[in-house]
Amino acid sequence: MTNFWWIIGGVLFALLNTAAGLIWVERRMLALWQDRYGPNRAGPFGVLVVLADTIKLFFKEDWIPPFADKVVFVFAPGVVVFSVLMSFVVMPFAPGIVVADLNIGLLFFLAMSSLGVYSVVLGGWASNNKYALLGAMRGASQMISYEVFMGLALMGVVVLSGSFNLQEIVEAQKKVWFIIPQFIGFLIFLVAGVAETHRLPFDIPEAESELVAGFHSEYSGMKFGMFFIGEYLGITLISGMLVTLYFGGWLGPAFLPPVIWFIIKTFAFIMLFILFRASMPRPRYDQLMEYGWKVLFPLSLLNLMITAAIKLWLNT
Amino acid sequence: MLSLVRSMWLIFLHMFHKRETFQYPEQKAPLPARWRGRIALTRDPDGGERCVGCYLCAAACPVDCISLQATEDESGRRYPEFFRINFSRCIFCGFCEEACPTYAIQLLPDYEMAEYNRQNLVYEKEDLLINSEGKYPGYNYYNIAGLAIKGKDKGEAQDEEPPVDVKSLIP
Amino acid sequence: MPIIHIDNKPYEVKEGKNLLEACLSLGLNLPYFCWHPALGSVGACRQCAVKVFKDEDDKKGRIVMSCMEPVKDNLRMSVDDSDAKSFREHVIGWLMTNHPHDCAVCDEGGSCHLQDMTVMTGHAYRDYRFTKRTYSNQYLGPFLNHEMNRCIQCYRCVRFYKDFAGGKDLDVFAAHNHVYFGRQQDGTLESEFSGNLAEICPTGVFTDKTLKEHYTRKWDMTSAPSVCQGCGLGCNIIAGERYGTVRQITNRFNGDVNGYFLCDRGRYGYEFVNSKDRIKAPMVRHSPAEGSNGIPLMQHIRSKIVSKKVIGIGSPRASLESNFVLKQLVGADNFYLGVSAADHSLVSLALKILQQGPVRAASLQEAAAADAVLILGEDVTNTAPMLALSVRQAVRRIPVEQAINNVHVPAWQDAAVREAVQDSKGPLYILNVLETKLDELAKGAYHTAPDNIARIGFGVSHLLSDKMPEVTGMSDQGKAIAQEIATTLKNAKNPLIIAGYGSGSEAVIKAAANVAWALHDLGIDAMLTFTVPECNSMGLEMLGGHRLDTAMDQVLHDAVDTAIILENDLYRRLNHHTANHFFKSIKDIILLDHLYNPTAEKATVLLPAGTFAESDGTLVNNESRAQRFFQVFTPGTDVQESWRWLLQAGVATGNASLAGLVHLDDVVSAIARTCKVFAGIDTLTPGAGFRIAGQKIPREPHRYSGRTAMQADVNVSEPKPPEDSDTALSFTMEGYRGTPPSAMIPFFWSPGWNSVQSVNKFQVETGGALRDGNPGKRLIAPNVNGHTPFFTQVPEPFLPLAGHLLLVPLHHIYGSEELSVHTPGIAERMPAPYIMLHSEDAKRFQVAEGYLLHFIENGHHYTLPVIINDTLQQGAAGIPVGLPNMEIAEAPQLIKI
Repeated sequence: MTNFWWIIGGVLFALLNTAAGLIWVERRMLALWQDRYGPNRAGPFGVLVVLADTIKLFFKEDWIPPFADKVVFVFAPGVVVFSVLMSFVVMPFAPGIVVADLNIGLLFFLAMSSLGVYSVVLGGWASNNKYALLGAMRGASQMISYEVFMGLALMGVVVLSGSFNLQEIVEAQKKVWFIIPQFIGFLIFLVAGVAETHRLPFDIPEAESELVAGFHSEYSGMKFGMFFIGEYLGITLISGMLVTLYFGGWLGPAFLPPVIWFIIKTFAFIMLFILFRASMPRPRYDQLMEYGWKVLFPLSLLNLMITAAIKLWLNT
Repeated sequence: MLSLVRSMWLIFLHMFHKRETFQYPEQKAPLPARWRGRIALTRDPDGGERCVGCYLCAAACPVDCISLQATEDESGRRYPEFFRINFSRCIFCGFCEEACPTYAIQLLPDYEMAEYNRQNLVYEKEDLLINSEGKYPGYNYYNIAGLAIKGKDKGEAQDEEPPVDVKSLIP
Repeated sequence: MPIIHIDNKPYEVKEGKNLLEACLSLGLNLPYFCWHPALGSVGACRQCAVKVFKDEDDKKGRIVMSCMEPVKDNLRMSVDDSDAKSFREHVIGWLMTNHPHDCAVCDEGGSCHLQDMTVMTGHAYRDYRFTKRTYSNQYLGPFLNHEMNRCIQCYRCVRFYKDFAGGKDLDVFAAHNHVYFGRQQDGTLESEFSGNLAEICPTGVFTDKTLKEHYTRKWDMTSAPSVCQGCGLGCNIIAGERYGTVRQITNRFNGDVNGYFLCDRGRYGYEFVNSKDRIKAPMVRHSPAEGSNGIPLMQHIRSKIVSKKVIGIGSPRASLESNFVLKQLVGADNFYLGVSAADHSLVSLALKILQQGPVRAASLQEAAAADAVLILGEDVTNTAPMLALSVRQAVRRIPVEQAINNVHVPAWQDAAVREAVQDSKGPLYILNVLETKLDELAKGAYHTAPDNIARIGFGVSHLLSDKMPEVTGMSDQGKAIAQEIATTLKNAKNPLIIAGYGSGSEAVIKAAANVAWALHDLGIDAMLTFTVPECNSMGLEMLGGHRLDTAMDQVLHDAVDTAIILENDLYRRLNHHTANHFFKSIKDIILLDHLYNPTAEKATVLLPAGTFAESDGTLVNNESRAQRFFQVFTPGTDVQESWRWLLQAGVATGNASLAGLVHLDDVVSAIARTCKVFAGIDTLTPGAGFRIAGQKIPREPHRYSGRTAMQADVNVSEPKPPEDSDTALSFTMEGYRGTPPSAMIPFFWSPGWNSVQSVNKFQVETGGALRDGNPGKRLIAPNVNGHTPFFTQVPEPFLPLAGHLLLVPLHHIYGSEELSVHTPGIAERMPAPYIMLHSEDAKRFQVAEGYLLHFIENGHHYTLPVIINDTLQQGAAGIPVGLPNMEIAEAPQLIKI
């Protein structure tokens, strides 16, 4: 039992620190790709900028607009952090290092991560601001659209591994990582994952060039901080999921312990996310929906059918 | 689609490029002469104030951070009784310099004007007036303007004929 | 109405106009210089060129000056034609060849017609590379600055100054391209209307010298519509403020009152607002009020009013609101009108005549359209200067009409009309105690004592109507004069009779009324104008109250505890000794006023009252026209409107009749409710809640500068701008940018038209009324149905009395008005105290010019230097009225030498 609490504690500690650390990592990496330095004054390589940012966020005036729906306004930022953290419950970091080894793990992940949209919708609505509401509506429709084939893309993995349990999915990749048989599924999941975390180029609910700051226009102080943390946790989650589902999770040559392999792979994807941000323009809103429904959705169905057909053919 | 991948790759390669950043306090950027920084009031070649208090800078200022009061000295030259720029509002757009008909107000390549107390960002004429002709050496407004001042009577400015003799009937 | 085609679009225009007027009235932008709506066209500047086509097929057309071309039905013209455009651009290019490079130091800049027109024509680059012509300037007195280099030879200045205003000392000199507009030699411009040159001149040759002392561009001024306080005519003005001081007064066009012009007293008499003698903080016994003895100010005032015998003294230079609130505060029984005995009698008589008689009071513009004028006992140039300008126009009316009929030219063809008119003049008769400036225009000008003037007036009315008493014992000369005047008036269509406070004689006013009424009985549309001494004399009289001398009786017999004096220096109303006596007999004086004056020295409580620039209020002018003036700026000190002080006193004392009155609108509607004579003054201007498109009307132009710097020396955080809870004007530059209601135009500006000429854009047609009507409302309608109450008491003729002189009041445009003399320039032109005698009288009393004459009146001694004027009636002595350092007995009265 103590072991269980240690795992929970460890996972929470690691995740929250990663999320915070990512603030610095992202700024340094973006700077690197843009021929700048990024934060470099506070502490070695500027790492203490995270601390400074946090202190600043804590001491900022926590303003609740008088026209906002106060209860929902306060409640909304919590939802995103909570739902993403709940998704991590089923994430196997290494053999045995998992908070809850559910046999419907994948479904649980899908369920929890889609709860995150409530944060966007409620936050945007409660702000009682036209830009916030527009952002929230965009967030909601983006989420609904991409959720569909995110799930469908994952079904390929389920078909191949024959299980919803994430540990078992990882174990099933001992021979070959699912990136090989499920390359299309991987691509779709990657795109859907970016959209799910509304990271660039799919940060349409925030779109600061059109919507001020989208759904969190009215947020300040630590409430804004929660959205911020939620976003970085989301990146970590999707990266972790990508590793678990398509890159063999903790699997790797034995000279490093499994959990390190998991962390290395996850970080590689986090970097990819940051590279996306550094290089890609934001699509128009209608373009986003068009890709989703007209390209990715049929593609994911096709992928699932072909995978299922091959599986059937191999089994018979 | 490929172009996206290509641009990602190109941006990734920037990792290995030289960084452009000036590490500011230790290392200073060389500024061009027309850099729009600190605003100053310059002087004539003969040391007089160039500003004639025409209010055009104040009118051009998009943030309304210039205020002044024109007055005239005994020699007939106009000058500002007070001239105040609130640098806490200034956006260094340079419109004032552009509007100035006498080249009096000039923006200089100096940006190190930060203060801990906002009140110190309010500059009065004594703070703005410099002992230099700035970017336009040799220019003297009264040499061009038709207004008579002490030491330069009517008809003595550039391209001016001597004053008309009203009583003459010679064609 | 004819239809003309401008650039192939049909427009309906008014007949009898010229094309320039038609285009401007239609809102088209067509540049011009020499044309002025009040002066007409001369076609001198060649700037308003347009192309006129023969018919639809004519593609070539011909260039004409639009100001010289009458409107014709089916005329086809083009403003945008490229030939016309380049013609206009070239013309301005030529005009600019000699224009000096000095807009930056030119006071006209930013409100300059030449700048506007240059931009309008598109002349952006100077092609001329040769030398410029220069001129030397002249000293033109304390009001105007001269900078001849800027001249573009449009001739407007001399056309206004000489032709319109009758000035003699400004002219055009030299020849060809050396023409020079100025005086024969340096010296003060003599005309009382010289200040208008600053507005008439399309560029900066003539600029306002008082503005130069504290120069501010037009775009930087916070302006508000206001009404002149200089005399009883109520000319409309715009007052501009910057950094807490009033900077400039400009004309506010009112097609019924002052039109395009102002007199110099009105234009320059504003500097008392900026005086260092202003009362800025409440004082209790000559020390600052708050904390003087621990009692808050209002409580202090309360202790002086509650359960005490209080009287209130109103003021003819305070707004109707202030006087009304004071009357309510002290009660009608204790309200006295703060005017001298003579002024009280004269103004109340004038009011009675206007209210009960069948003849209407003439507005200034109606006066300008009269075809015969009779002036009785009045030197209008000095008592009501703008009326003199109207009379000058009236004198031209008949000859101009004849010229139009005989020569068949339209009235706006100024040069042609003047050529046809030459020196002929319409009928004007002046009867005054002394020569006046208008005598030069008069068919007949006679100088005699006020009683004799009245007798001639009665004589005229007898000749017009047998109902009038015959004047017995008239001299042959008098009879001849009366006969001549009567005949002329009988033949006129709109004769105007002018009288007023100038002669100080009730008989003269009665005679004037008799003449006008008799003319009315003959079916002639006669008009009456009575001048009144101060800006709200008429309003105060209409509000009603006891005479000031009865207040004196009250004080002496009834032990009055406190007198509340409103904006009044009693030393100007009572003679010195009476006033001293008055102040000695009263325990507490509460004075509300602008400036320290002898009365202020006697005040126990001194409250800083806002001048016209710091107050909202209403004034009633001599023709009973109620007009609202608006606060220009918030003073930033304790200064506030008198009515607001009095309302606060009303709250402190728990006065029931003032309960619930807080804002201007409350007071105004209370006045309209309680006083029948003022019915309708609550609709003079829209109320405080008025908005256009949800916005207030801004007092500041959209280019107003320095908002974030002007107070930064005090505190870098800008204060919240002051709010105006009383009116629909705002103290900021935010608000509605279109045309406001005519009564609340804070400044004239229109895109591309920065100068005063932009008034065109606010009128229904050029020179016509303002859109939605000229502001102001006449409160008295002539009593046409009633029985005409003719006056039948003919005064006895005046005969010089041995050892005595009849003191007659002489008014001066510069000096006789209390507040305007605080302007240094006006003080400079003010005469020194004197006593004016006929040379025979001087011989009689053995004095000569410059001698000091000593006389005793009511046991008090006076000594004045003598000046001689032989046009004065023998046996009379003229003394100047109202000069600041002159204490004098009341005039007219007989004194013993």
